[in-house]
Amino acid sequence: MTDTYRPDTEDHLVDLIAWANSERKPLAVHGAKTKHRLGRPMSGRTGLDLTAFAGVSLYEPEELVLAAGPATPLAEIEALLRENRQQLAFDPPDLSGLLGAPNSGTIGGVIACNLSGSRRIKDGAARDHFLGFDAVSGRAQKVKSGGRVMKNVTGYDLSKVLCGSYGTLAAMTAMTVKVLPAPEKTRTVLVFGLDPSQAVAALASGLNGPFEVSGAAWIPQSIADRSDTDHIRQAGGSVTALRIEGFGPSVEYRCAKLRDLLSPLGETEELHSHNSANFWKSIRDVEPFRSDDRVVWKISVAPTDAPTILSALSHLKAVEAYLDWAGGLIWLAVDAPRQGAHEPVRDAVNTVGGHATLIRAGDTLRNTISVFHPQPAPLAAITKRLKDSFDPNGVLNPGRMSEGV
Amino acid sequence: MKMPIPDAGVIDRRLAIAEALRGIVPADNVIVDEDARRAYETDALTAYRTMPLVVVLPETVEQVAAVLKYCHANGIKVVPRGAGTSLSGGALPLADGVLLAMAKFNRVLDVDYPNRCARVQPGVTNLAITKAVEGDGFYYAPDPSSQIACTIGGNVAENSGGVHCLKYGLTTNNVLGVELVTIDGEIVRLGGKHLDSEAYDLLGLIVGSEGLLGVVTEVTVRLLPKPETARALLIGFPSSEAGGDCVAKTIAAGIIPGGMEMMDKPAIIAAEDFVHADYPMDCEALLIVELDGPEAEVDHLIDRVGDIAKACGATSMRQSSSDEERALFWAGRKAAFPAVGRLSPDYLCMDGTIPRNRLPEVLTRMTEMSNRYGLRVANVFHAGDGNLHPLIMYDANNPGELERAENFGADILKLCVEVGGVLTGEHGVGVEKRDLMPEMFTEEDLKQQQRVKCVFDPDALLNPGKVFPQLHRCAELGRMHIHKGQIPFPDLPRF
Repeated sequence: MTDTYRPDTEDHLVDLIAWANSERKPLAVHGAKTKHRLGRPMSGRTGLDLTAFAGVSLYEPEELVLAAGPATPLAEIEALLRENRQQLAFDPPDLSGLLGAPNSGTIGGVIACNLSGSRRIKDGAARDHFLGFDAVSGRAQKVKSGGRVMKNVTGYDLSKVLCGSYGTLAAMTAMTVKVLPAPEKTRTVLVFGLDPSQAVAALASGLNGPFEVSGAAWIPQSIADRSDTDHIRQAGGSVTALRIEGFGPSVEYRCAKLRDLLSPLGETEELHSHNSANFWKSIRDVEPFRSDDRVVWKISVAPTDAPTILSALSHLKAVEAYLDWAGGLIWLAVDAPRQGAHEPVRDAVNTVGGHATLIRAGDTLRNTISVFHPQPAPLAAITKRLKDSFDPNGVLNPGRMSEGV
Repeated sequence: MKMPIPDAGVIDRRLAIAEALRGIVPADNVIVDEDARRAYETDALTAYRTMPLVVVLPETVEQVAAVLKYCHANGIKVVPRGAGTSLSGGALPLADGVLLAMAKFNRVLDVDYPNRCARVQPGVTNLAITKAVEGDGFYYAPDPSSQIACTIGGNVAENSGGVHCLKYGLTTNNVLGVELVTIDGEIVRLGGKHLDSEAYDLLGLIVGSEGLLGVVTEVTVRLLPKPETARALLIGFPSSEAGGDCVAKTIAAGIIPGGMEMMDKPAIIAAEDFVHADYPMDCEALLIVELDGPEAEVDHLIDRVGDIAKACGATSMRQSSSDEERALFWAGRKAAFPAVGRLSPDYLCMDGTIPRNRLPEVLTRMTEMSNRYGLRVANVFHAGDGNLHPLIMYDANNPGELERAENFGADILKLCVEVGGVLTGEHGVGVEKRDLMPEMFTEEDLKQQQRVKCVFDPDALLNPGKVFPQLHRCAELGRMHIHKGQIPFPDLPRF
């Protein structure tokens, strides 16, 4: 039985982390606990529950800014933004289906893991929308960076460092994010029957034209066959998809032009708002791999390298993969419960440059192999020193990202 | 402005240091001659000048690494420099420091349209990147006003913005990777043509670190397809409140213009006298709104913005009917700094950011300060994102006037922080705003930033005297005092 502490003020949080330092007691930092299966396992540790730091404290739609406690449910923020026809443009994924969590978690969790959805290629990642924070560092000191304005170069951009640090540097108590108008209308142009190389070329030609494509994905026939969306399930082949969003007249105009551009490549079709929303949610939330227990990897490479990776890994057992981010993001599922196929996956990525992160696997596997892509020695040394600069005694999520980090 | 006291011992070794550097780079690339060094004594913050110890111009990443390794081994300070256009003194030399000028890194290495990116050397100018790809319908989005001269390496160091960053982001949102040389001569790559980091976002940390963490020797930038069209509205308002209202209502209507710039009366007059852009002279605030994107979208939105402007009390409105006319609308705004320069022997350009809805209050208080200091001020404003550029006019030949202008500037920046904003939106802290950092940060905030500095540069050899008002030794910063004892919070809920 492990204890969990739930400080309810920033001062309590300071005391708790100071105590953890004095007792050399590593803490497992969490909000809604929906992402504890991401990263290396933290089980058996004393818990640091940040759920007291919740609630939206400031929202000014015309200033495009929202401030909230990190434990504010993502669903609450998204609902509030919807009322004002705005959104988190980085399109945070809901990995609860994939990871077996009860809900989509908190804004703090999404930022701490730098999770971004399909719109990342157009509007940027979580890190690009994270404006500032208040936190308590692993040294038990209050520290802040950034602010509530979107143009700010005062001092080092520590928000970037905290975003994607999986709670290993500081425990946040408040944060500000940039919000943007939600699109009036959404359409998706589909092209059927392309192989990965043709698909990546088609996605690039869409992104390289004046169409403002906000989603660019490819799914193989095996995944299309399982889709909830009629047009996709009935495709009888792979599906390449490009999303167009914005003001009504603009969407119609761009859609028509994009279809003209792509129609020589194969049969095309168009999804309207409802079907588009469903389709892109399934891509973003990794729904194709939700209902099995294969190991799941998230692979980030240059878009044109995706076909090389897919073909290099096509021999793996029960392997299945689809592309987002125009090919720059590969979601890959493989039946490899013992080794996770980490060697072939990492070797393939290392030949082209990029990184592979283990997203779904049992505790044992996540303890055995590197969940995050191993860094060259000089970078790994910088990473470790950065961890130490915030948390010299390793009391905040130590080892969550790699040994000692 | 106090800089670290120069080390006389290092200055005495000037010739020996130059000789050692000549063993690393071609002999002609080491500048010791006093007249030649003078070209480097300042950047665009011309109020401050220091002759560098030696200037060295490496040509390869290996030479950069060897220079840094040599300086590191010999305890010699290093100041990196791009084109020297920093407005905050980021490239101000040190009398006992080697000035590492990156001018010879001036090649575009690789343009990769299928992956929408380009690899360039840091000495390539911002505009040259766009020039290299515009024939193929692409561009590099961040466009600081100095883009004809400033380098992408400098943009990375300062996290530069420009008039389009509300819609397209700052440098940090448009850089995919860098090659970086650390002070001990290690060459590392952060990011690349792929997205996001495998661990901590070190790339995000390097961008905007003002040359204090490492020397960037290559940059991978994101390229964007050029919008199909762009059109601008030139709108006059009877007050800055009305102009600000129009900006807020435009954004609240879900419209994010490519650019949205406001000028106050003194700036309008100065710009009009200088470039004759036919600006309306009967208004107190002038707003340029540029909409870019597909034809159908621009057609649709430009009318909506026009309607919003009318409802906000616009007294005049013109829509550009050609790219030439649009360029003319911008010409006055882009020339606002030199235009103000014609009105006054000297000027200081400030760079605070404020929550946009506090603009009227900030302008009113700035006018009060202007009267109190007896110095004129003109304002240009990146209205979309709240980044304010007050231009304080002074005459350095009048004893005490520079100091008065600096105090006025400091008061403006303190005001920005007071209303919820920040000291600098895009120009950087450098030496200019260094001593104001405690206005925004606690001592502990600043110590944590310096601990991050220690991660990369434990001997504080890279660009010392910039950003931080007080230098602490890394050993002192690393220490942590812990009191052993009882759990101090018996009431804390636990379960």
